[in-house]
Amino acid sequence: MSAMDCSNITRETLKRLFVEGKRFDGRGLSDYRDFNISFNVSNKAEGSARVKIGKTEVVVGVKMEVGKPYADSPEKGNLTVSGDLLPMASPRFEAGPPKFNAIELPRLVDRAIRHSGILDLKQLVITPGEKVWTVIIDIYPINDDGNIIDAATIGAAAALRKAMVPVLNEKGEIDYHQESKTPLPISKEIFPMIITFFRLGDSIILDPTREEEEACEARIAWGVSKWEGQYMINSCQKGEEIPLTRQHIEYMMDIIPKKFDEASEKLKKFF
Amino acid sequence: MVNFKRSSGRTLTEMRKMYAKVGVIPNADGSAIFSFGDTVAIAAVYGPRQLHPQHMQDPATGILRVNYDLLSFSVYERKKPGPSRRSQEISKVTEWALSPVLDLKEFPNTVIDVQVYILQADAGTRTAGINAASLALAHAGIPMRNLVCSISVGKLDKNLVVDLDKEEEDYDEGEGATDFPIAKIANSDKYTLLQLDGKIQPEVVKKVLDLADKACDEIYEVQKKALKEVTEQ
Repeated sequence: MSAMDCSNITRETLKRLFVEGKRFDGRGLSDYRDFNISFNVSNKAEGSARVKIGKTEVVVGVKMEVGKPYADSPEKGNLTVSGDLLPMASPRFEAGPPKFNAIELPRLVDRAIRHSGILDLKQLVITPGEKVWTVIIDIYPINDDGNIIDAATIGAAAALRKAMVPVLNEKGEIDYHQESKTPLPISKEIFPMIITFFRLGDSIILDPTREEEEACEARIAWGVSKWEGQYMINSCQKGEEIPLTRQHIEYMMDIIPKKFDEASEKLKKFF
Repeated sequence: MVNFKRSSGRTLTEMRKMYAKVGVIPNADGSAIFSFGDTVAIAAVYGPRQLHPQHMQDPATGILRVNYDLLSFSVYERKKPGPSRRSQEISKVTEWALSPVLDLKEFPNTVIDVQVYILQADAGTRTAGINAASLALAHAGIPMRNLVCSISVGKLDKNLVVDLDKEEEDYDEGEGATDFPIAKIANSDKYTLLQLDGKIQPEVVKKVLDLADKACDEIYEVQKKALKEVTEQ
């Protein structure tokens, strides 16, 4: 996807608009569209959420399995993030083996969630060194109208917040017919997000629609959380070929705390 | 902060010993080896050559295609051969890191294949790989605006350090370890790779860029020296 699918005339028009600080839908360059979160997409999942940002919609589910700890972390449970870009969500997504974007999305979400500390993996040990819980977050966009990475991360954190640890029977197997009263060991103070900035010409925008995203020439996804009262960057990945300058990066660092607080405020009413 | 001691005995901004040599694979159009201490990367360039499958050809330009991987015995626990999600991601970010210095419009319908393999891994494999690949592209005579230099800046608890090794990557006290690999076009403020894992305050990122700039200046000198050595032979 090095040359994103966008006509030159659209790209030039958007570039001109952005220089004036305008967008087709009337938002400012760093404004997000409205969020909406609902829960219990599937009552078979340990926790699940549906996130909408504008017309972009992503469903995320948490499932848990009894597994073995990794050799380098015998005293910790496991976290896996996976998912797929389903062809139903966009004419751009194709069936078949995962393309790069489908590989990258869960990896970005994984890093933002993992390093934020929202989930305490040390509390997910069943028998130290032998049996631990594996928490699997699966991400599926339902409708892609841009900015899927940010939506997916909110969905993942929201689904974790609602997830319950399944009940084990005497044999140590999961008993799905017993109702669990044990929530996942998550920190209510931490709600990780990814804030992805997009560059077109010399303009930097947030929360692009599909059309804007396709016109942009570079993007950078910053995983952000608050940890012991401080803003923390937990992950980052620059994408596409056009470089970012020091000025761009410093601008992003300046506005990340404000954007994070704005989004956190909007999210509050859903929990 | 000043009291912080690195396990290797290095100062906070001291990089591991670098080694660079070009022309290490006679069959390739360009090749190079680059190491940061115990991390050793080798890169080969083939092309520009006809791109297959044909439907991927671009009549407007040549394209860059990078493949990065760890050799199975480059790490303690044998790495299963073949691409992993991690290696596919690093291949892609390496491609993004290098392509801004290339102008392949003179080579329509072609591909430049860059193969990067890690012989021995002690953290910083993608950054060593980018430095090797950048050298190999120059050695192959591909038109380039400049070299790309790459370094990982780290944060151990509250201390910024340059060029993390594996032991440091696993640091687990206070704010833990942050690994922040960066690549940039030499002598510019254009960053072509930015990735990170860990916990770092937004206001500290500026200092990270300062440290990366200084380290990249040193890497650039090592790269230039290696290229001069081969032309003088």
